[in-house]
Amino acid sequence: MTTTPVMQADNIVKELGSGAGLVVAVKGVSLELVPGELTLLMGPSGSGKTTLLSILGGIMKPTSGSLRIADTVIDGLSAEDLAKVRREHLGFIFQSYNLFPTLNAIENVRIALDVRGIKGFAATSRSEEVLREVGLGHRLTNYPRNLSGGEQQRVAVARAIASSPSIVLADEPTAALDSENGHAVMALLSRIAKEQHRSVLAVTHDPRTLGYADRVIRIEDGRIVGEERRPEGIDAPEITDLTKRRKLHA
Amino acid sequence: MVFTLALRNLLHDRVRLAVTLIGILFSIVLVAVQLGLYLGSSRMITANIARSNADLIVTTFGAKSFEDGGLLLGDRERHQALATPGVESVVPLVVAFAEWRKPEGGSSRVVLVGADADDQGLLPWGLIQGTVEDIKAPDAIAVDSTYLSELGVNGIGDTAQAAGGRVKIRALTEGIRSFTQSPYAYTTLNRARQLLGADDDKSTFLLVKLAPGANITEVQNDLAKRLDSADVLTKDEFESRSLKQWLFRTGAGLALIGGAILGSLVGTVIVAQTLYSSTKDHIHEFATLRALGSSRGYIYKVILAQAGLSAIMGYVLGMIIALIILYLSRNSSLPLVMTPGLAFWLFALTLFMCAISALSAIVKVTKIDPATVFAR
Ligand SMILES: Nc1ncnc2c1ncn2[C@@H]1O[C@H](COP(=O)(O)OP(=O)(O)OP(=O)(O)O)[C@@H](O)[C@H]1O
Ligand SMILES: [Mg+2]
Repeated sequence: MTTTPVMQADNIVKELGSGAGLVVAVKGVSLELVPGELTLLMGPSGSGKTTLLSILGGIMKPTSGSLRIADTVIDGLSAEDLAKVRREHLGFIFQSYNLFPTLNAIENVRIALDVRGIKGFAATSRSEEVLREVGLGHRLTNYPRNLSGGEQQRVAVARAIASSPSIVLADEPTAALDSENGHAVMALLSRIAKEQHRSVLAVTHDPRTLGYADRVIRIEDGRIVGEERRPEGIDAPEITDLTKRRKLHA
Repeated sequence: MVFTLALRNLLHDRVRLAVTLIGILFSIVLVAVQLGLYLGSSRMITANIARSNADLIVTTFGAKSFEDGGLLLGDRERHQALATPGVESVVPLVVAFAEWRKPEGGSSRVVLVGADADDQGLLPWGLIQGTVEDIKAPDAIAVDSTYLSELGVNGIGDTAQAAGGRVKIRALTEGIRSFTQSPYAYTTLNRARQLLGADDDKSTFLLVKLAPGANITEVQNDLAKRLDSADVLTKDEFESRSLKQWLFRTGAGLALIGGAILGSLVGTVIVAQTLYSSTKDHIHEFATLRALGSSRGYIYKVILAQAGLSAIMGYVLGMIIALIILYLSRNSSLPLVMTPGLAFWLFALTLFMCAISALSAIVKVTKIDPATVFAR
């Protein structure tokens, strides 16, 4: 299946710190993301995954290299223009959920629509819809402190997809979750990629997540060192593999 | 959502909200009291001028206030004024400080105001006992009920001595306060002259009424030319002269305005402090908003909404307390005054104060790096 990439990164380099503390966290990464796929970015701690994800999300500016998100080449855009690109094309999921503690589930989703200018009834009904989609129809008015970690992360997923972005970026979405919740969130991300035809990129070093991937990019020391793709036509061969693992973990 | 988030942020930390509100409340009350006193004083100072039935007031040259006219105008000035085209009537008025000897001994000072009721020049207002007719009696005098004990009298019928003669209290007023703390005592024109030992053509002011259709500026200039030993002022001009004398030459007004400025500064500092620390506490949420793609303006709106909501809550509480103080001061010798205009300006000041306070918080969020959202 050939589809036009919704994101294209070319030779991204990122230097962090300065002087003696200078670290080249990303050392010339090129990659493309296409719709309908869940891609995992895996690598050891400190390999530059988060740094790369921040750059791909238009949150951090690369030291050099070029990045296109949807139709926009974002090199050299101002902070405000980058925010606009994030609003229009991207959804984010964070390791520690980053929900607003003073807002309930539905409000946490609504605020992501609000910054995009979607207000009123349209915003409420869309927020309810996506919360139901992630299986939280019965938790609409719960505050984050009254939700389990898994539920909180699902609210975050709902928030990320509420505005129907073409790309969803997640940094270690399962790291703070137990096995069962981790699987639930990964299944959700995979469904979002397939059913809603979005491009999902998740940073992880959690092997439990492997089974959900359409594609795995491996990164070490700021460089891509390998890429695997699930052969076409075969439906999630690792799922069985994974079920075994789950049993092992249990 | 901006207001929801702002309100929740405020309510999230009740202690800080309380400090914020107390800060605003404190400045509102302070500013309201200072400006209320200022307004109250201004009204006291100008009340007699404002009540005078005149288009133009002729005063002795350089008279600084209603109490500072001397007794220098005579028939010559009155006739010159009457002969001026456009002048319909000229009514003499006597105003002078006088010693007041209490019936039980001891003395204080009053401002004696002499005017004939029939001239309709200046009559005591707010009569609660006695009538204007009663004051026409030869020894009659009207004073304000607030000052009875200060004047050593109990009420209607009591006698005392004012300057050179006996007077009897025939009428009582309510609400005629004196900024100089020397009560106004109203009597007839001739009785005032007698008491003060002045010639029977002398007066302090001449209240000039214009003929219908006369141009006030022309008549004023014409009068000024004819009366070279006098000043010819409109009521407004004389009021502002009096205000200048009592509020600014004496420094009283500056103290009041200074207090008001200080009050708003203290409020601004407190609100700025709490808003800044609130923003710092919620900085991670603001960074998340930014990462989610919100514009800077959106985040500023949240902070300004927090400031605005604090302002409204603080204003309401502050006004309640200010109005209570106002109510309690109503019978004092210096009652506070609150007008819709002052209430409006206080609100505007509160909003302004909170907006200024928001600046430091806004500078703080401007420096947010959304990349920090992944750093946890
Ligand atoms: N602000 C910074 N200044 C200097 N070096 C930094 C900074 N942030 C990250 N680094 C370094 O950059 C490298 C890549 O960091 P990054 O957070 O991208 O790794 P990661 O793959 O996400 O690791 P983990 O799996 O532990 O989250 C690391 O060596 C890290 O120490
Ligand atoms: Mg990381």
